[in-house]
Amino acid sequence: MTATAEEWPLWEVFIRGQHGMSHRHVGSLHAADEDAAMNNARDVYTRRGEGVSIWVVESRHITASSPDAKGPMYEPADSKVYRHPTFFDIPDDVGAM
Amino acid sequence: MDPLFEFLLRQGDNTLVLGHRISEWCGKAPVLEEDIALANTALDLIGQTQMWLGYAAEVEGAGRTADDLAFLRDAWDFRNLLLLERPNGDFGHTMMRQFLFDAYQIQNLKALEASSDPRIAEIAVKSGKEATYHLDRSRDTVIALGDGTSESNARMQSALDALWPYAGEMFLADEIDQAMAADHIAPLPLEYRAPWEAAVLPALAAAALKVPQDDFAHQGGKTGRRHSEHLGHMLATMQVLQRSYPGATW
Repeated sequence: MTATAEEWPLWEVFIRGQHGMSHRHVGSLHAADEDAAMNNARDVYTRRGEGVSIWVVESRHITASSPDAKGPMYEPADSKVYRHPTFFDIPDDVGAM
Repeated sequence: MDPLFEFLLRQGDNTLVLGHRISEWCGKAPVLEEDIALANTALDLIGQTQMWLGYAAEVEGAGRTADDLAFLRDAWDFRNLLLLERPNGDFGHTMMRQFLFDAYQIQNLKALEASSDPRIAEIAVKSGKEATYHLDRSRDTVIALGDGTSESNARMQSALDALWPYAGEMFLADEIDQAMAADHIAPLPLEYRAPWEAAVLPALAAAALKVPQDDFAHQGGKTGRRHSEHLGHMLATMQVLQRSYPGATW
């Protein structure tokens, strides 16, 4: 038995809604360890049948871009319309892209 | 008294009384995540109650509904285990009670899946998935708190000491159980004891808890002969609306 921190660590929760779709960030929660985080994610975020797969990751493991770097990070892409694949006609029967 | 009706009341009253007890935590559990988890468990149990008591009402054939059985019977007509009407105590106490019951209920439901009564088998299959998750969660929590800090360990030990004498009633049989076994509707509850111990004892060891050595078992809940005073208080809260405004709906 060891002394524990006052607050449980924060976890980010990702849920896949249905087969074939990717996991999406749905929110965060507190839990003592990964098993508890998984259980809590199930109870907090899948109560209404939202998902078939859950990922949890401790928030401190996520490296986030800095809001200060917005200019150099994203603005250069704004002036390069030729990178968008909007110049092609997509046949209707391809479905969602 | 129809033994099948009595048996179904026992199943339904177990889930009803525990479900209501758990719902008492709604809005005041120690952390938000546990609050929602307990509310989910309570709703699972109340949903199972609708199936058990709904079938009980059909078997009785007296024109009563599941709601009538839940809200218009008095304490002496309830057939739940004494363990489940115990007050919640602290969060650890609640989770210990949940664990001791979940480990039993999973055996009970597994056996009932093979019941000669197809309706019972159907309800058992549907309830079994929920019960499997309940057991996972309550076992993890009991181990985490037992093997946690010295305070959480002491609280879990006192919960175990207080609740252990109420575990034995789960495995006692009377003439109702004999009748169910004879008709292959359900096995004798004693058959659940070995698998229950195989699930419970290692978890309690992992939780660094000492199992009480006294086998004394309080009884009188499932037969309805001697409920504790706690059930009447609980029912007063649970039933007040239907008692005050008979037939009220929304």
